This record gives sequence, C-alpha cells and structure tokens, in this order.
Amino acid sequence: MTTLDLTPRVDQSPTGNLGDTLALVGRCLRRSTRQLDTLLLAVMLPVMLLLMFVYVFGGAIQSGMDYVDFVVPGILLLTAGYGASTTAVDVASDITAGIMDRFRSMPIRATGVMTGHVAASMARNAVSTALVIGIALLIGFDAQASALDWLAAIGLIALYVAALTWIAVAIGVVASGPEAASGFSFAILFLPYVSSAFVPVDSMPSVLSSIAAWNPVTPVADTVRGLLLGTPVGSSAAQAIAWCVGLLLVGWVAASVLFRRQR
Amino acid sequence: MTAPIIAVQGLRKSYGDVTVLDGLDLEVARGEVLALLGPNGAGKTTTVRILSTLLRPDAGTVTVAGYDVVRSPGRVRAAISLTGQFAAVDELLTGEENLRLMARLSHLGRTEARTRPAALLELFDLTDAARRPVKTYSGGMRRRLDLAASLLSRPQVLVLDEPTTGLDPRSRNDLWAVIGDAVRAGTTVLLTTQYLEEADQLADRVAVIDHGRVIASGTAASLKSQVGAAHVELTTATGIERIETDGSVGDVHRILGDVERRGLLVDSWAVRTPTLDDVFLTLTGQPAEPGQPATTEARELQEIR
Repeated sequence: MTTLDLTPRVDQSPTGNLGDTLALVGRCLRRSTRQLDTLLLAVMLPVMLLLMFVYVFGGAIQSGMDYVDFVVPGILLLTAGYGASTTAVDVASDITAGIMDRFRSMPIRATGVMTGHVAASMARNAVSTALVIGIALLIGFDAQASALDWLAAIGLIALYVAALTWIAVAIGVVASGPEAASGFSFAILFLPYVSSAFVPVDSMPSVLSSIAAWNPVTPVADTVRGLLLGTPVGSSAAQAIAWCVGLLLVGWVAASVLFRRQR
Repeated sequence: MTAPIIAVQGLRKSYGDVTVLDGLDLEVARGEVLALLGPNGAGKTTTVRILSTLLRPDAGTVTVAGYDVVRSPGRVRAAISLTGQFAAVDELLTGEENLRLMARLSHLGRTEARTRPAALLELFDLTDAARRPVKTYSGGMRRRLDLAASLLSRPQVLVLDEPTTGLDPRSRNDLWAVIGDAVRAGTTVLLTTQYLEEADQLADRVAVIDHGRVIASGTAASLKSQVGAAHVELTTATGIERIETDGSVGDVHRILGDVERRGLLVDSWAVRTPTLDDVFLTLTGQPAEPGQPATTEARELQEIR
C-alpha cells in the first residue's frame, strides 16, 4: 500500500484564488461534454422551431422581407436563452446533491462555483449558436453583413447569454430543486414569442404590442437583425445593451447575495 | 492545558418557532475523537453545519482552531473538512477527476496535488474504478470517494455527519481504519452518529445531545456507570427478570443460589452491564435506535434541511 501522509496541515490559505475559479470552470466544461443529450436538445429544439417557423408559419406572416431572414435573429435569441436557462438546473442540482456544501465549506471564492457554471454556459452556447447559424445559412438565410457586423451581433448575443445565465444562476440558488429550476427554461422559451423575434410588433393587438415593445428581447432582436440584414437599428442598440447589462448586474448581485444568505 | 480545538458556548439556532439548538455547549480537545450522539431531530446536523460555516448561529460563540466561525469563516474552512450525510461528489466526473478537482481547490502543493489523489484512491480501494464516472458507483463507493475527498487536504478537524450510514459492515470497518490512521497522525474528529456501537467503540468521548442541548458527556464507560449497576438477567417462561448486582463473583453466586432456592424455572441467564441504549433511555426517556421517529416531525424536517 502507498504510504499516505495524514498529518494535519496548519498552513492552509484561508482565501481563494483565481486558480479555484479556473478549476471550477474546468469542472463545468467537463460536465458539459458528458451531457451531450442536454447540448443536443439545446440545438435540436431551436432548429426544429426554425424549420417550423420558416416552412409552416412563414408563408402566412407578413414581415416585409424573406421570412427566413426575419426569423433567424429571433431563433438565435431563442437558442441563446434556452441554452442559458438550463444553468438553473445545473446550479440547483449542485445544491441538492450536496456538493455545494462541500464547496462552501472549503476556503475558496464563493463566486467561483457560479462563475464556473456561467463560463460553461457561454461555451455551450457558442457551440449551439454556431450550429444554428450554420443550418440557417443552409436553408437560405441571406445575411447582408460585414465581418464587423457579425462580430457585433455575436458580441450582443454573448452579452444576452451572460445576462440570462446569471439570472438562471440566481433562480437555481433559490429553487427548491432541479425540477423547479427547470421551470425557468420554459419561461425563457416563451419570452421571445411576445417580442419582435418572430413577428413584427406592430402586427399584434395593441395590448400585446405594448408588452412586446417593453420585452427586452425586442431591442436585442431588432439590433441583431439590423446588424445582420442592414435594417435600421436606431435606438434599439442602446436599449439592447442597457437591458442586457442591467439584467446581468441584477442576476449577478442576486446570485451572489442569495448564495451567501443560505449560510 | 492547551486550548480546545473546537469550543462551542451557548449555541442557539431556531427556524421560526422551532428551536433546534437551545444553548449547546461543547469542547473538543486537539486530537480527540468526539461522537455527538442523539435521536433524529436532536440538533446534530445543525451543529455540524454551523461548525462548518454553512449555517449562521442565532446566538452563542463557536470557534474552530482558534477562529470564530462567523467572523473568520475562511480560516475555519482552511482548518476543516466536512463529510456530510450525502456523498458530496460530482456524478458526471470520474473518481479521479473528482479528487483532482478537490486537490486543486484545497491549494495543495504541486507534488501533493499530483500524488495524493492516486494514493487516496488506492487506500479506499477505488483504483479500478478511478476512470469511471461516479454515477456508475455503488453507494458505498461514493461514500468512500467522499471521505477520500475530505482527507485530501489533510484537515486539522475532520467533521463527519453520520459517516457510515448506508455502508456494509466491511466498508464500515475499512473506513474506520483509515480514520483511525488520520487520528493517530493528529487529526481531530467530530462525528455524529445514531449507532451507539460506533460511538462506543471509536470515540474517546461521547456527548449525548437531545432537544438542542448536551445532556451528558464523558467516556462511554462513565456514561454507562451513571445509569446504574450491572444486573443479572433471568429469562423465564413468564418473561425477563432483572436483579441488580455489583458484578462480583460472590454476589452473582448469591443471586443464583437465591434463584435456585426459590425454585424458578430459568431458560437462560446472563450478567448484563448497561449499554449505551440504556444510557439513552435513562437520559432522554426514549430509545435511540436508528429509524425511531423524532420527538416532533417539524424538528426532524428542519434538521434535514
């Protein structure tokens, strides 16, 4: 048998460091590669919706342009939103499985565990967004965008993912378990419907269109559409960034406070 | 006398109207093995969670390795390792990946971070399963991995909340052998248990806890002697009869002679010294067998949280 030193160590550092966070990011990335079914669903679901919107409903919707061009930005946000929201389930599972108690009783940065989940969500979304864009191009999505426009659109989608992921983390911390946390995914899945993601807002009844105008998905969708298709962006870009940064801060603060309050 | 490594004074915790800890006092000396023994809902897990900085006390002071759990949680965390009631390992990672992660989070030096995971996997008989995801492990294997994770950081205080629940007798013995090694190397152990036998055999000292207070503490032998003397137990056709004895040969001889003179038909007889079961019954008015209903359901629920 290997001899193993069990002498108590009295000099352990009482504070966390960046290495902890990196180790926890590595953990969540590994977990993502072992949950291919989750990743597959995060791609399949938007692709199915994309095909359904384009080929089933698309002919009946007056969007002022090729419907495939109109709907792809919306589908990208749906992909991003759904991919981000599953983080709530991951965080809630960590808590019910007891591993969160172990992390919280170790001398590491409290936020490291959450940062790990957020980083993994960003990576997963990069994969699923790339796949959805690929399929959109295959079925005739005709982007009129420079490399810089693409970069700006992807940057905004990344900000949107980060914001929703931090909200998802906060939801995961307060949820009573993974099942309850999964409800968030459904809410997020429906968020784009009452927005400019799939149909023009002015085609809705007045009550809905005023809701849609206030839906954060609307300015984000309008901005992504403007960047990729050359439609006018106007004040949407500023609104989109304000919404995303605001949601990100709210999610981050709520997650951090709620995480500590459990103690 | 050196200062205790764990010192708890007047610890109180309640959830709404339900008082879980009601002025608990406790001291554990460096290198000691202390068992917290009590029925479900007595406050064992709550105590452990406060000691591990997972819960905030309502009142009272708790210091671990000289640091206050509320004011210096980081210092306390650097001194302890917690093994909770549920195996706190990542199901999707392999056993080896779990230990490597914990090694990094424990801030072990470069060499130790590389060698200790493999050594611990071997020690806990998990080398063959090291590259399999934990979700394929049996319950016993998970608990072993969980304890291996706790020993990675070479803690000063090992906190074990019902560590052998769900383990078969052989795994239980193996686990205790490793913990014994850690204790001989100078580790302090605080464990909670419902197994009287476990407390009796392994702990230097037992603290009996009920309704959120320590109602008795001492060595298992001294607790037993508080309950009363040994007795001769006679099993007859009509039931069991107990006669007190001081345990000496002469006294037992006298009692058995008496029985013979009375012409009692005895199926079997034995000299019994009090068990911790008796201690429990006397101190709390209820038996402490595992699975016994708690005093109130609400308290039990709160404690599980």
